[in-house]
Amino acid sequence: MIRFSKVSKRYPTGTDAAVDEVSFHIGRGEFVFLTGHSGAGKTTILKLMFAEERPTSGEVRVSGFGIGGLRREEVPRLRRRLGIVFQDFRLLEARTAAENVAFALEVTGARADGIPARVARVLDQVGLAMKAEALPRELSGGEQQRVAIARALVNDPPVLLADEPTGNLDERATRGVFQLLCDINTAGTVVVMATHDLDLVRHANKRTLEMRDGRVVFDSASDATESW
Amino acid sequence: MNLITREALLSFRRTRTLSALSVTTIAFALFVTGLFGLVALNLRGALRQVAERVQVIAFIKRETPSQQITAAMSDIAVFPEVLSVQYVSETQALERAQRELTEFQDVYKDLEVNPLPPSIELSLKPEFRDARHAAAVADRLHGFEFVDEVKFGQDWVQRLDSLRDIAGLVGLAIGLAFALVSIVIIGVTIRITVLQREREIHIMRLVGATDWFVRGPFLVEGAIKGFLGGTVALLLCASVFAAFRAQRIGLGVGLRFFSPGEAFLLLLFGVLLGFGGSLVSVSRHLRHV
Ligand SMILES: Nc1ncnc2c1ncn2[C@@H]1O[C@H](COP(=O)(O)OP(=O)(O)OP(=O)(O)O)[C@@H](O)[C@H]1O
Ligand SMILES: [Mg+2]
Repeated sequence: MIRFSKVSKRYPTGTDAAVDEVSFHIGRGEFVFLTGHSGAGKTTILKLMFAEERPTSGEVRVSGFGIGGLRREEVPRLRRRLGIVFQDFRLLEARTAAENVAFALEVTGARADGIPARVARVLDQVGLAMKAEALPRELSGGEQQRVAIARALVNDPPVLLADEPTGNLDERATRGVFQLLCDINTAGTVVVMATHDLDLVRHANKRTLEMRDGRVVFDSASDATESW
Repeated sequence: MNLITREALLSFRRTRTLSALSVTTIAFALFVTGLFGLVALNLRGALRQVAERVQVIAFIKRETPSQQITAAMSDIAVFPEVLSVQYVSETQALERAQRELTEFQDVYKDLEVNPLPPSIELSLKPEFRDARHAAAVADRLHGFEFVDEVKFGQDWVQRLDSLRDIAGLVGLAIGLAFALVSIVIIGVTIRITVLQREREIHIMRLVGATDWFVRGPFLVEGAIKGFLGGTVALLLCASVFAAFRAQRIGLGVGLRFFSPGEAFLLLLFGVLLGFGGSLVSVSRHLRHV
């Protein structure tokens, strides 16, 4: 589903590579944690996956799309096959929870008459059926993140990318959101989650890619652990 | 399309103050352009009326047989520059002089011999009412042996020419300047709208909206603002025009307002400005994200 082959990313303003010769493969149905110190390159890895950034060298493939050569016009097609969730939720403040979710369907040109049912289904899935008509500011952080996850899910993407989705949440809300991501993964969606929360990682018993200074220094799925 | 219109109207309602500001800006820019257009239009009309008086007059030697004149007149009538030819006999010339030159009425009354020669008066087609063409026609008239002298008021026709050139040039320059200023002002207003919705654009792109989908609402919104601004500008122009005419500051020349076609052009200009300004602003923004 996702393959990095000797991928490096250098930002125009940066001196060192933010991502340095990284290779890994994530297969069907996997749940993968991306960990590492601040500035290690986790966000950059995710941005490469949804084509917000392009690799300086090496090859990134996501759901059959080659990110390096992807034309600007093709990016929307890739994004419709991905769900993306951020630490800061990124909801449209002036729209209700349901409208935020519906929006992701509307931009894809989905048939209007099918939208309400699909929105209701995902809101129910994330446990927010009761809050469909609430505005983001009327929701708690955990609830807002659930709306964001519902929005990411509504297109039935094969891959869900989450950049510190629990970073702004307390422990209880964190467990709720994490459980939700696990359920989504169980239903067949690949989940890649960048996080600082080592407690969560330790107890979850999922595949973990650990980064340090732009390199993947540990992959729990492979026997070979690079030395550092 | 339906969805894009909905989004445009939504943003209109959500940013009422900014939208009102954009419409006002567009209205003002178009109002100034429109006022200038009205002045230019009426000035051109006035010049055209003056130009109607451009005439070429050929004075004819006395005792020329009238068949000869009649024959020559049909030749002259088919000159490409000539609109109409009229024969003015000695008697008609005198009558006209007595009628028009009232100061000299007594002088003319006491004359025993008519001092005025008969003449042929030519009026020219509108596109030939300038010094160069009048002179060319005059030259050709000199070729008829019975023609004594040809006049076309060379001095004032030349002055009319230069007035027309200046009016045209100044008009073009000021018109372009106003149009340019409108475009810049409108571009800035729309840029603010785009920046205000940067976050929304970003989210749209994240969930897989195409560039055209992102642009759509802005373009519709821009076109609507342009249309509203144009309408307000037209109303302002109309009221200024009405007030001006009510004061009778006319120069003896009939002032006129925009024809429906011209009013439509102003509106179209507004719509294009709003649409084009939005297209440029959004596209420029999209190039950086
Ligand atoms: N747009 C950018 N321009 C220049 N340098 C950047 C940019 N984005 C990130 N970097 C640099 O790239 C490196 C990796 O950043 P990245 O955001 O991927 O780290 P991260 O692991 O997500 O960190 P955190 O845990 O703090 O979110 C850092 O050194 C950062 O300064
Ligand atoms: Mg990060």
